[in-house]
Amino acid sequence: MNVTLFVPCFVDALFPRVGISMVQILERLGHRVECPEEIACCGQPGFNSGCWQESRDVAVKVLDRLKDAEHVVVASGSCGAMLKVFYPELFGKTDRASAAQSLSKRVWEFSDFLVSKLGVTDLGARFPAKVTFHDGCHGLRELGIKRPPRALLEKVRDLQLIEMKDAETCCGFGGMFATKFPMISTAMGEVKCASALDTQADYIVSNDSSCLMHVQGLLTRQGKPIKTIHLAEILSQT
Amino acid sequence: MSAASQFKEEAHEITRDLRHRQLIQTALGKYEIKRDEKKAAFQDWQAARQAAAETKWDAINHLDTYLQEFATKLEARGTKVHWASTAPQARDIILNIIREKKARTIVKSKAMTAEEIHLNDALEKSGFEVVESDLGEFIVQLRHEPPYHIVFPAMHLTRGDISELFARELGSAPTDSPEELTMIARRALRNKYVTADVGITGANFAIAETGMISITENEGNARLTAALPKTMISLLGIEKVLPKMEDLALFLPMLATAGAGQTITGYNSLYGGPRQPGESDGPDEFHVVLLDNRRTELLADAEQRDALHCIRCGACLNVCPIFRNVGGHTYGTTYSGPIGSVITPHLRGLQDWKHLSSASSLCGACTEACPVKIDLHHHLLHNRRNSATEKPNRLEKLGLKLFAFVVNHPAFYSLAKKMGRLMQPLHALVKGTRIDPAYGWTQSRDLPTMPRQSFKDWWRTRP
Repeated sequence: MNVTLFVPCFVDALFPRVGISMVQILERLGHRVECPEEIACCGQPGFNSGCWQESRDVAVKVLDRLKDAEHVVVASGSCGAMLKVFYPELFGKTDRASAAQSLSKRVWEFSDFLVSKLGVTDLGARFPAKVTFHDGCHGLRELGIKRPPRALLEKVRDLQLIEMKDAETCCGFGGMFATKFPMISTAMGEVKCASALDTQADYIVSNDSSCLMHVQGLLTRQGKPIKTIHLAEILSQT
Repeated sequence: MSAASQFKEEAHEITRDLRHRQLIQTALGKYEIKRDEKKAAFQDWQAARQAAAETKWDAINHLDTYLQEFATKLEARGTKVHWASTAPQARDIILNIIREKKARTIVKSKAMTAEEIHLNDALEKSGFEVVESDLGEFIVQLRHEPPYHIVFPAMHLTRGDISELFARELGSAPTDSPEELTMIARRALRNKYVTADVGITGANFAIAETGMISITENEGNARLTAALPKTMISLLGIEKVLPKMEDLALFLPMLATAGAGQTITGYNSLYGGPRQPGESDGPDEFHVVLLDNRRTELLADAEQRDALHCIRCGACLNVCPIFRNVGGHTYGTTYSGPIGSVITPHLRGLQDWKHLSSASSLCGACTEACPVKIDLHHHLLHNRRNSATEKPNRLEKLGLKLFAFVVNHPAFYSLAKKMGRLMQPLHALVKGTRIDPAYGWTQSRDLPTMPRQSFKDWWRTRP
């Protein structure tokens, strides 16, 4: 299968291991992976700020570049939701409306692609640790992904998954919200970290690096004894 | 101070108040457990939401006919129906009725519409005594503050806080027992019912088919408010309409479940007019005041019209992580939480209240919880778009244009990453200080370290 992996800007620049792990996993499963170099961002910053024209200026490049892609896998639930759910609205009254509709049908979040499209849950990974899973809001509520990441974690050798209280509660990141309302964002993050720490897990796992960036930033600052790791990084460990 | 600055300032204070955080997390944690239990009693909660959304869609999209039907049926039984376009009009209508009745004491049951038009203030300024008969409302009235939450007005207070308040204001002995606290309030209130000349209520639903208002409550105080005084006035928003009586079969349990985690609320009463010949109780006069107060502007907005579906259950507040951390008072609005952030810009001006739509991580927990399926968190995005189109923030727009240029040009994008890597050691010098350009983030969180090699660098150079 031909898979186009879209690695969004912050994953590319800050969390390259996440993208690398995804490439390795997909290739190990026998798929042909391409990573378009001309596109970097999905356009969500402009969209969420209400500047839809500036958002379209970015999104249009993504839309055009991916117009012939067979299966598009996005290395973040949030950016995946942008392509799948919000592009049709963003381009709703433009001449690219049908292109946005068409792309929407071909877009997948990584864990959902493995489980729901490829039907794979056991990747032969081993990760000896106790982990707890945080549902990123966009993946969970815009894309409806709840089960796939857990199905994948359950098959990882030597891994113990301990669900935290309020796993579905937002970590407080929310893009620019985190810097526009840092006090609220931080309080939300502290509530999230407290739930995770209660599980005594070694790692907080998520399928979204943006949530993990926020949570890790708070954990490091406050010197808390739990680490964060992306689901793909666990799945690529053998 | 602007509403936005006040919001930020108060949010800054209250989010650091760990006692408040604990109190609200605990209270709403308990609510969630009860709500889930009661939701499970529905054969299919999602189908129930869909049915409720469709019923409200019908009601709101045919508001003109249903409201007319509602008013005509009420008038046929001798109710006086008043139409108020604005808050001042609604206040004047109510004040005129009260003056005409030469009333002195007014007893009131819980009504968010009364908060919306600042009715108590207006009545008190005109020399009338107003007594809140709902326990929570009575408590916040004694504290001279607005309700903290549209369903639980005093949820921010502990039993200790209430006992202290009662001791100070009513001279009662301190107690930790909820029953005793209720009895103290009841003793203070009961006498007022008997002597009050006018009773004012809100309404949960307005049934078009039969011309009746439906009031839901847990304490029985609204019944006394309606039954004892000679004159009854009900103030309700025009969006309260339900087409048929049988719709209550769905909406009453739904309101109780989503709002308070109850199967059904303690008391559910229907009022269809003043005391009719041969009836033993009820008021001599019944007035229904229908309030627009810019709801019709929301009705004209096809994209956000579904916000008028709201049954004021408070479910979106209860699950909202923003509400749970900043609390109800910080919003500075009558309606707080996600629904308040969506509708306040429509009711009170987009530019003054747009900050509430930005103060959201767009997590969508509200939309998921809403029993009538209002697309709440997407409407926050719509408000952001509308305000940015109407009055752009030049600096933000410029920043986004620059960002678009960089990410759209691979050479500049690569350069930006290199610059970022080079700047990182320098950034360490100012990190977390006021001169740090990333202070919005670094005041409370660390930034990740940029690795030497980006994903794209790896992709380009891999064998």
